[in-house]
Amino acid sequence: MKELCLIIVLAPLVGAVLAGLFGRSIGRAGAHWVTIIGVGISFLLSAHVFQQVVLNDVEPLNTNLYTWLDTGGISFHVGFLIDELTATMMVVVTFVSLMVHVYTIGYMHEDPGYQRFFSYISLFTFSMLMLVMANNFLQLFFGWEAVGLVSYLLIGFWYKKDTAIYANLKAFLVNRVGDFGFLLGIAAVLMVCGSLDYATVFQAAPGLVGKTVSIIDGHEWSLLTLICLLLFVGAMGKSAQVPLHVWLPDSMEGPTPISALIHAATMVTAGIFMVSRMSPLFELTETALSVVLIIGSITAFFMGLLGLVQNDIKRVVAYSTLSQLGYMTVALGASAYSAAMFHLMTHAFFKALLFLAAGSVIIGMHHEQDMRKMGGLRKHMPITWITSLIGSLALIGFPGFAGFFSKDAIIEAVKLSSTPGAQIGYYACLFGVFITALYSFRLYFMVFHGKGRMDHHTEEHLHESPAVVWVPLVALAIPSVVIGAIAIQPMLFGDYFGASIFITEAHAKGLHHMAEHFHGVLPFMLHGMMQPPFWFAMAGVATAWYLYMQAPHLPARIAAALRPLQRILEAKYGFDAFNEMFFAGGARGTGGLLWRFGDVRLIDGLLVNGSARLVGWFSQLLRGVQSGYLYHYAFAMIVGLLALLAVFVHKVIA
Amino acid sequence: MLSLSHYLIIGAALFCLSVAGIFINRKNVIVLLMCIELMLLAVNMNFIAFSHFNQDIAGQVFVFFILTVAAAESAIGLAILVVLFRNRNSINVEDLDAMKG
Repeated sequence: MKELCLIIVLAPLVGAVLAGLFGRSIGRAGAHWVTIIGVGISFLLSAHVFQQVVLNDVEPLNTNLYTWLDTGGISFHVGFLIDELTATMMVVVTFVSLMVHVYTIGYMHEDPGYQRFFSYISLFTFSMLMLVMANNFLQLFFGWEAVGLVSYLLIGFWYKKDTAIYANLKAFLVNRVGDFGFLLGIAAVLMVCGSLDYATVFQAAPGLVGKTVSIIDGHEWSLLTLICLLLFVGAMGKSAQVPLHVWLPDSMEGPTPISALIHAATMVTAGIFMVSRMSPLFELTETALSVVLIIGSITAFFMGLLGLVQNDIKRVVAYSTLSQLGYMTVALGASAYSAAMFHLMTHAFFKALLFLAAGSVIIGMHHEQDMRKMGGLRKHMPITWITSLIGSLALIGFPGFAGFFSKDAIIEAVKLSSTPGAQIGYYACLFGVFITALYSFRLYFMVFHGKGRMDHHTEEHLHESPAVVWVPLVALAIPSVVIGAIAIQPMLFGDYFGASIFITEAHAKGLHHMAEHFHGVLPFMLHGMMQPPFWFAMAGVATAWYLYMQAPHLPARIAAALRPLQRILEAKYGFDAFNEMFFAGGARGTGGLLWRFGDVRLIDGLLVNGSARLVGWFSQLLRGVQSGYLYHYAFAMIVGLLALLAVFVHKVIA
Repeated sequence: MLSLSHYLIIGAALFCLSVAGIFINRKNVIVLLMCIELMLLAVNMNFIAFSHFNQDIAGQVFVFFILTVAAAESAIGLAILVVLFRNRNSINVEDLDAMKG
């Protein structure tokens, strides 16, 4: 099994290296074949590992492969921890990645950077696998940074586009902020536990309850809360939680396949995965859980609202991703880690589907992304239409589709949770459902229904995308429909996660309560139909239908009537403006000040030019001494002689 | 009776005179040469005085050498002076600042 895991991790890396370094010699077809085969091997073996660990209950693997460094009594290892949580993530990551690889053949076939793109996405798969398979914090951090790096490379894939460069820099910087917190958290763990190994740290965790640390004199902070909050800052960066969410919508500047792979299905879920992985730490501190919950609810609700005013098809889906990540975070805060992981999995399928479908639409529209110029695509792109509909239904949580089960589970868990702030989380999620349905179906109706608003030339050339594009759509649509019904019983209420997730008795009450009332998939669906979330979703769909199909003039009138609100939403609550002004502007201002004062004045003026000027002035003085007249020199000699004599005589006398 | 110090005072006076001549003189290079001669003579005066009072002939022998060297030196000096005058048309000390860096 150890060798198997090694192959799973290294196969995509080999693909990436081959496609990246030898892309020219193996050609375009060669590049996609090596990477697809690499990821394919990974997927098949992951499925095998999944079957072993989850279905056949083989003992989880926790092993060190290689000792990287052994210093000061602390060892840094490269190792694998393959338990139920990891196995699930591995399958999700490799499956979505494989689909995206296939899809990319169609989406990027005209792009000059074809081989480079395949190299990057394979490298990403490698990084993400390193992240989820880690058995220690250091390797987790390695994967964490590596996915950040690949994300940077891919957002700026079209490096001649100014907006793309801006977006990838922004993503990188915002992630740096999160990663700094994360690194501090890891450092704190190392300081306290003296080890970075998961098992050791989790074993030591209960002993840390009640310990305090004073960073600022006179203020005692709970050690565990501090560690958890710092780690969560990292999760906020990667999983795009308010206020570190600003990079995700901008990351849509990259090609669509990576929006699907990285910014919807896998990388952004790293934060969720990490918090689930750290459940033995988070469970012990109510404060951190509460913070997680509140941040999640803010993200879930307010980011959803922003989706309503976007006109770029990819941005709508991006804000939906933010909002769904918020849901997962809420679930984490409510101690429903399994529900979060469940939603992570279903979301990975249907969000990748939605993104790839959006990409298919973009191909059909000749790289036009503005929804106002679309409409009526249903007739021209039937497969994209059907799969989008499936994705949207899964997203809004229509009974029977995957999203229904996971989202309902989250809302239910939050309702029953006793974490402080759970009430806020519940209402945020509930109204979030309405918003989700509204923007999802706004997108759906604007793109696929109604009259075509594109120009004549584009309309004539509209056709269904090639098979390499629609096959992944179908392959993703199938789990988007069925995975929820299949997985809900074992994942939420069974012993699916085994020992990989730890919940204290007090926090587990909600889930136990849900499990008692769970009598199978069909009753759950029937029960769900009588619950407010379902009606909220239906109301959202109906509103979208009325506004964008029946009375298309209404949205503009509503927007005009609610002008201030509209403005706030269009400014994205001013986060960007604030960052631009305060952080970027502040940094520029400080830089300017340092440049003008420190560099120009102090270093250039005083130190460099100043010393030169001092030498010049001094030599000006000395130049007068060197007159060229012999008698001056002779006089100087005599004076010197006399002075020496005087000293000599003085000494002799003394 | 004249004592040793009288001679030494004369020697010192001659020496100072010549030093002053070198520094104060701004006009004529020949005066410079003469001052150098005078300086040597002041030294000779000391030699002779010490030689006489110490009853040691070596000092007087030394004076002969110095006189010879001084004569040769002034001959070379005057020759240089002639060449200098031919080239620069002046023996004014103020004009001779070629040593300026």
